[in-house]
Amino acid sequence: MSRDIAVVAFAQTPHKEREDGLSEVEMLAPVIAEVKERTGVDRFGFTCSGSCDYLVGTPFSFVSALDAVGAWPPICESHVETDAAWALQEAYVRLLHEEIDTALVYGFGKPSQSDFREVATQQLDPYYLAPLGPDQVSLAALQARAHLERTGATEEDLRAVAARSRAAGRNNPYALHLDDPDPGEDYEVAPLRPYDVAPLTDGAAAIVLAAGDKARELCERPAWITGIDHRVDAHGLGARDLSRSDSARLAGERAGARGVEIAELHAQFTHEELILREALGLGEEVTVNPSGGAMTANTVMAAGLVRIGEAAARIHDGTADKVLGHASAGPCLQQNLVCVMEGEPRG
Amino acid sequence: MPSSPNHVLEFPGGYTRSVGPVIGRFLSELRDGRLMGVRTASGRVLVPPTEYDPDTGAAVTDEWVEVGPAGTVQSWSWVPRPRHGHPLDRPFAWALIKPDGADTALLHALDMGVHELGAKPPKTLTTGMRVRPRWRAERRGHIGDIECFLPEVAVITAPTRLEYRLRPGRAQDRFLEGISQGRILGDRCPVCEQVIVPMRGLCPRDGVPTVEEVELPHTGTVTTFAVNNIPDPRAPEVPFVSAYVLLDGAGMTMLALVAGVPADRVRMGMRVRAAWRPRREWGRTMDNIKWFEPLDEPDVPFERIKDYL
Amino acid sequence: MGEPCAVIGVGQTEYRTRRLDVSMAGLVREAAWRALQDAGLDWGDIDAVVVGKAPDLFEGVMMPEAYLADALGARGKPLLRVHTAGSVGGSTAIVAAGLIHSGRHERVLTVAWEKQSESNATWALTVESPHNTSLVVGAGGYFAPHIRAYIARSGAPTHIGTLVAVKDRLNALKNPYAHLKIPGISREMVESTPMLWEPIRYLETCPSSDGACAMVLASERAARRAPNPPAWVLGAAMRSEPLFFAGRDTVNPRAGRDAAAEVYRQAGITDPRRELDCAEVYVPFSWYEPMWLENLGFCGEGEGWKLTEAGATALDGDIPWNPSGGVLSSNPIGASGMIRFAEAALQVRGMAGEHQVDGARTALGHAYGGGAQFFAMWIVGSDKP
Repeated sequence: MSRDIAVVAFAQTPHKEREDGLSEVEMLAPVIAEVKERTGVDRFGFTCSGSCDYLVGTPFSFVSALDAVGAWPPICESHVETDAAWALQEAYVRLLHEEIDTALVYGFGKPSQSDFREVATQQLDPYYLAPLGPDQVSLAALQARAHLERTGATEEDLRAVAARSRAAGRNNPYALHLDDPDPGEDYEVAPLRPYDVAPLTDGAAAIVLAAGDKARELCERPAWITGIDHRVDAHGLGARDLSRSDSARLAGERAGARGVEIAELHAQFTHEELILREALGLGEEVTVNPSGGAMTANTVMAAGLVRIGEAAARIHDGTADKVLGHASAGPCLQQNLVCVMEGEPRG
Repeated sequence: MPSSPNHVLEFPGGYTRSVGPVIGRFLSELRDGRLMGVRTASGRVLVPPTEYDPDTGAAVTDEWVEVGPAGTVQSWSWVPRPRHGHPLDRPFAWALIKPDGADTALLHALDMGVHELGAKPPKTLTTGMRVRPRWRAERRGHIGDIECFLPEVAVITAPTRLEYRLRPGRAQDRFLEGISQGRILGDRCPVCEQVIVPMRGLCPRDGVPTVEEVELPHTGTVTTFAVNNIPDPRAPEVPFVSAYVLLDGAGMTMLALVAGVPADRVRMGMRVRAAWRPRREWGRTMDNIKWFEPLDEPDVPFERIKDYL
Repeated sequence: MGEPCAVIGVGQTEYRTRRLDVSMAGLVREAAWRALQDAGLDWGDIDAVVVGKAPDLFEGVMMPEAYLADALGARGKPLLRVHTAGSVGGSTAIVAAGLIHSGRHERVLTVAWEKQSESNATWALTVESPHNTSLVVGAGGYFAPHIRAYIARSGAPTHIGTLVAVKDRLNALKNPYAHLKIPGISREMVESTPMLWEPIRYLETCPSSDGACAMVLASERAARRAPNPPAWVLGAAMRSEPLFFAGRDTVNPRAGRDAAAEVYRQAGITDPRRELDCAEVYVPFSWYEPMWLENLGFCGEGEGWKLTEAGATALDGDIPWNPSGGVLSSNPIGASGMIRFAEAALQVRGMAGEHQVDGARTALGHAYGGGAQFFAMWIVGSDKP
């Protein structure tokens, strides 16, 4: 099937480190209202969301989010238990083969209500890993060590990523405004220092996809998806080469990552950006994370979708002609999604 | 038998037994932490090994085969009250265990975990179950170098405890504030104009923010209900009634307990009133309302509630 | 609908209260491997994997598909996890079919599972926020009032639920994978069991099971090389509506009616009772058979119980419902929807064994979840659309 599909609208909440009294639905509702208003579309051919029950510790946390959508009369809707970037992928596939021309995608998360570093431990192999209790940062640090030792990159290189991301984030009204990294900071988990670790934020984001002429009608300069792919690595950290990301490389090749001008990478740790740059073949000429990236806006379950939205927005505003949005899930970049968008339709 | 024996048969220091080449090899291997069998001329592997094939009486070959140490239970008995001299002092099983790679079984004790004296056989104790030896740390070349067998690991427990500090959000916070003051608050949708209770700040049907706060009376009508016969910590007794209650003026029902009336007297259309706990027990929680109790009013006809089912 | 999509492999585990003999990976691999064998394929032949299950609290593994990636042979492939409450098994199959319809992939493995015995179903489904403002006592406490409302609305006699329970439990005796098998099941036996949530009796409810179900979905080209007959997807639809809102009909939810209308439209069906040969419908409490008969348009409103009473839905009736024994006989929640979809496929492939409906060529698979607010359905047939 070949059908041109584009990101035509993107909205996000400010991403906040501390909770501000809003429920998930209350965070989400204005964002959905915003993309509806911006496109003038009130009913979508398909709706898909991403969220995680473990963020609130109760089952079916996505059900009440439906209240923010206006699902009456009933809508065609689905949900993924992961970052909403995968909800976007599901919606994209729907648009390819169904007689619909719009889709709404949203994601939300409120990690401020728990210790998410520990919660994430519950995602690990339940027999050999989770019982040992390793947290997200400790595992990321293992991967950082593996990458630094293979490539010869240094902790200075990591700090440079943090410095650049934070500087960019200070120009993004939705991101956290963080000071330059302090080289004197002690390790959080060596070799990672606190500034190497993206703060967790609360927030929500929504994207509208549209196909063909509908996209042109809803958006002055649609961000046409010219390639989208996602791949997964083995779960066991000892069963893969932790120093690189095979799954990101495969997804990038399939999605056509070559030649992008801007890349928004879902790197939650500074070294992840280095691993992803290598896997996706992004050279010095590529502008990475002009929004500040997840290092300054790390809303769990939405941060990947936000990367696609931020990249698309660079097409919408005419800054770039070819961009890349990336999302990851699972421990140590286990799963990666790459979405390449261009300012003009193919051929 | 008298309380203390008046005759003891005991060879001082214990018998000294020569074990011969086959049993000796077996026990030596056992001391090294290996379970070995010997092959017969017909190709079978005997465990524990003997110098002869028990079927034919012919001498066994010189071929030794490492087996197990895991094995399968061929048969078992359950000892609910161990005797003096039994290998375990809590209930356990005797089992014939065929080690993997062997053609015969050996007898040993099988520890099924902690059971009270006199316990019935555990359901997991079955012929065909998989078991493995528990080796003694200090071994001396003795069948007791295997302390006993244990079930193969089939289940591990994974205690998890995650702590959350959940916040109610603005609408729910406002609703619970009302409840803490003895008020039931809803909000009106500007599109469908129905009153939504508990208040949510938006209309789930129309997906728009609500604007007008509405205080509702504490009386309503049971639209439909279930008689629950499974105990619940929140319910006063069994059976208890969970019902959908349409508060007067509300556009939708709330699920709540109904009490103060025998379960078999609850009816669709029955009028009810919220029963609040004493004011001194109130908090910022829905628990302030114990349940709904019947009102002395005529039932509402089915026609008038059928659209709220 | 795009490119044609066929079911070329189906695999199920034995459903049991506790599958203590397998790990989570072992459970899903058991179903997946059987599906691959049915399709004549190996792990390496698969292009993408789609996993579905209900809340992760059941097993206490958050997003367990990450851990299961290698167990499902997904390394280096796309892996997607779907979660849409109780309808998830159905939604997962539909999402997987989309990967074929869209031409993205040739062969997709889809697996839905639940290992409920790792914790406790009631606990995993009802862990509540401290700010909860309603009272729900298990799924039965939530659904029983809706059943009472149905009985009041339709005037159905009270024994209808018993008839469904007996019928589905008889069918389960013919299904080698079914969890609850009660030889000699009878009306008296069902009626002698206690009311758990009046009007729901013990034997009118579903069990809590461990189990997994898998399918291999294929493009037309890949289906041509399959060793066993394919089941073609003739239509698929999903609909959702909010849980609580003014004017919601919880007895006959509109989301279910709309999804049915859409799946019939795609499959070109105008009279489901006549044109479908059988249906596998998500009936976790026996009374949901007459309710869904109406919701799915097999008869007019208030008439569903009459079909049940007349035996129309029995294995030898004119429109057999749940020849496999249904959810009443096996209920690994996350997989239950996919089992319905897969059993429908087995029927039109002529591979349902002892519970085969003679000559079945078109069948409906149905799943629902949440507070009867999420619906997923597909129609499969022996002939390519």
